[in-house]
Amino acid sequence: MTEAPMTMPNPSLPAEAEIVERIQESGSIYTLRLRMTDQARHAAYTFAPGQFNMVYLQGIGEVPISIVSDPEDDTVLDHTIRAVGRVTRGLEQLGAGQRVGIRGPFGRGWPLDQACGRDVVLITGGLGCAPLVSVINYVVKRRERFGRLVILQGVKHTDDLIWHERYMAWAKLPDTQVLLAADIAGQGWPHHVGLVTELIDRARFDRDNAIAMMCGPERMMQACAEALLARNMATENLWLSMERNMHCGVGHCGHCQLGPHFVCRDGPVFNYTELAPLLGVRGF
Amino acid sequence: MGKSHRVLASHALDTLLAALRDDGYRCVGPQLRDGAIVFDTLHHAADLPWGWQDEQAPGHYRLQHADPSRAFAWANGPQAIKPLTFAPRETLWESRIEADGRMQFTATLPAEEKVAVIGARACDLAALRLQDQHFLEGAHADPYYAARRRNLFIVAVHCTAPAATCFCASTGDGPLCTAGFDLALHETDEGYLVDAGSEAGTAMIASLSLPAATATRVEQAETAVAAAGERQTRGLPSRNLRDLLFANLDHPQWDDVAARCLSCGNCTAVCPTCFCHAEHDVPLLDANLGRHEREWDSCFTEGHSYLAGIVIRSDTRLRYRQWLTHKLGGWHDQYGRSGCTGCGRCITWCPVGIDLTEEVARIHATGGGHD
Ligand SMILES: Cc1cc2nc3c(=O)[nH]c(=O)nc-3n(C[C@H](O)[C@H](O)[C@H](O)COP(=O)(O)OP(=O)(O)OC[C@H]3O[C@@H](n4cnc5c(N)ncnc54)[C@H](O)[C@@H]3O)c2cc1C
Ligand code: SF4
Ligand code: SF4
Ligand code: FES
Repeated sequence: MTEAPMTMPNPSLPAEAEIVERIQESGSIYTLRLRMTDQARHAAYTFAPGQFNMVYLQGIGEVPISIVSDPEDDTVLDHTIRAVGRVTRGLEQLGAGQRVGIRGPFGRGWPLDQACGRDVVLITGGLGCAPLVSVINYVVKRRERFGRLVILQGVKHTDDLIWHERYMAWAKLPDTQVLLAADIAGQGWPHHVGLVTELIDRARFDRDNAIAMMCGPERMMQACAEALLARNMATENLWLSMERNMHCGVGHCGHCQLGPHFVCRDGPVFNYTELAPLLGVRGF
Repeated sequence: MGKSHRVLASHALDTLLAALRDDGYRCVGPQLRDGAIVFDTLHHAADLPWGWQDEQAPGHYRLQHADPSRAFAWANGPQAIKPLTFAPRETLWESRIEADGRMQFTATLPAEEKVAVIGARACDLAALRLQDQHFLEGAHADPYYAARRRNLFIVAVHCTAPAATCFCASTGDGPLCTAGFDLALHETDEGYLVDAGSEAGTAMIASLSLPAATATRVEQAETAVAAAGERQTRGLPSRNLRDLLFANLDHPQWDDVAARCLSCGNCTAVCPTCFCHAEHDVPLLDANLGRHEREWDSCFTEGHSYLAGIVIRSDTRLRYRQWLTHKLGGWHDQYGRSGCTGCGRCITWCPVGIDLTEEVARIHATGGGHD
């Protein structure tokens, strides 16, 4: 027999959270601002950008969603969600005052400590922008702590770009460069037409003192990583956020395994060196 | 603890069961059910599989008559002791939306039930050790597993009758039980030799006032177990195949095995170390109620690697490769050793008789493992 405390924390059990506000960001993307109804628990809750919560919809199930509000904002926890299936479409129907369950924060977030004093290159593709927008907000709010801020965002179609005005506002900040690309450009698109990788050549940063963080489709992240390596950035300075099927969030259910890694626990943010052997290998 | 064996006469097995029951344990032991040896509540020692032996081969399992004076002359059945700690299916919590819209969550932790399992094998103990690492020793211990684990008393039985599918000697996990038990028994022609592996086991032996076993008898029993290990013919080429397998992700053997594999998941269901499980909500007619369950899952299912829009392991080749590269590769990074304890179950219970030791041997022979 093994000894164990009779009461131990239960990482599977959600806590009730109230939807304080629901914001429609685009046709299928919405933000839920959540606050745990247990005030002490909400106050004790701390997270790092890049970490996620398991968000529970009554009777349907739980899904991993990144926390995109500022880690020092102790009023709400923002989750920007795209409706794609059972749970996310169900959550879409909810409004202010209604309740969901959340448990977290889980995983390892972005290496913001390491980014201090350096140029920060943020690359997103597709609709994978939410987790990095939290980093943009984080850097913008603490601008003096970081070097140049370079934001490269690629979308398939111009209509997929949410927060266009925010990108334009960021572009006006000092030492900040914003480059946008769309594979398929609609009328009046003033930015690049093509892949986000093609923006890397136009990005201005000190490759010896920069850190790059990427989020989006794996193929796009891989191509961007290769382009950055071709510009002689060191592998240790490249960071990627990964997505895998997740049920537990705490390294138990096995669904999120990527080779030796549990993405929920060891990630979702990984250093390029950790992923390199299996990046782009079908089946992992 | 250790090397202080006592003698327990064959007819005194009931005394041991009674003593465990007096201590509040429900006894669970191997019994015959539908032509297989399975673990179930054990009331009398007479219900043990006396005189039965298992004949195992790839895709094959038959019981046959053997020495009637032996209750443990078989290797293992389809299921190890894993279900006693990691429940095949259980409710994790229930939720309820109150009339005022508030949402309540209630954890449904298992009742504290003391269980004593009789007949665990060395391969099972090594697997349990790995499950402990997985469920208890990370940053987030699992309270459901923990509640069962802390109430488990283990009476192991050293193995003298390995099946043709067994290869615990090759993985270094058996057939002698060396750790992870409360009591361990040697089954001999003159009854049982009992040794304790924990304080609870030592106390149990003391309460039974058993005579000490002579060094010669212990030596004879251990020799018989060692001989059982030497009779095993299957094996893996190395205890660490991580680099070999990950260096051979494009080996043609993966296509070869994929042409035979049914992707049924039997191997993962019988494996004592597989930990994968799915969580889902049970459909309830009352929309204000929720019940959240978990159930064993397998990397051979499509859902295991599903992401909205894509399935990471969409075909059998990728799924078999996941199973083997995880079991014999990824476990080294995750838990410091292979995830295989050589029990042979996945070989026996594979409907088409796929043998992982064969698959590995072929990759090893042609994939650079020979040098
Ligand atoms: C670490 C992490 C952070 C994420 N952050 C966000 C975010 O901020 N915003 C956002 O919109 N989406 C995010 N996702 C993706 C989001 O979890 C999926 O879109 C969601 O699980 C789909 O669930 P569904 O029930 O609506 O879809 P269905 O297609 O009905 O999926 C059924 C089930 O499969 C699993 N599943 C399906 N797709 C995914 C997926 N991509 N990742 C993990 N599990 C999946 C879930 O268990 C889901 O309930 C994140 C995923 C991960 C792994
Ligand atoms: S992989 Fe096969 S032989 Fe190894 S522990 Fe699992 S079931 Fe037993
Ligand atoms: S990934 Fe496959 S082999 Fe590994 S524990 Fe899960 S079911 Fe078993
Ligand atoms: S989500 Fe369950 S192990 Fe990672």
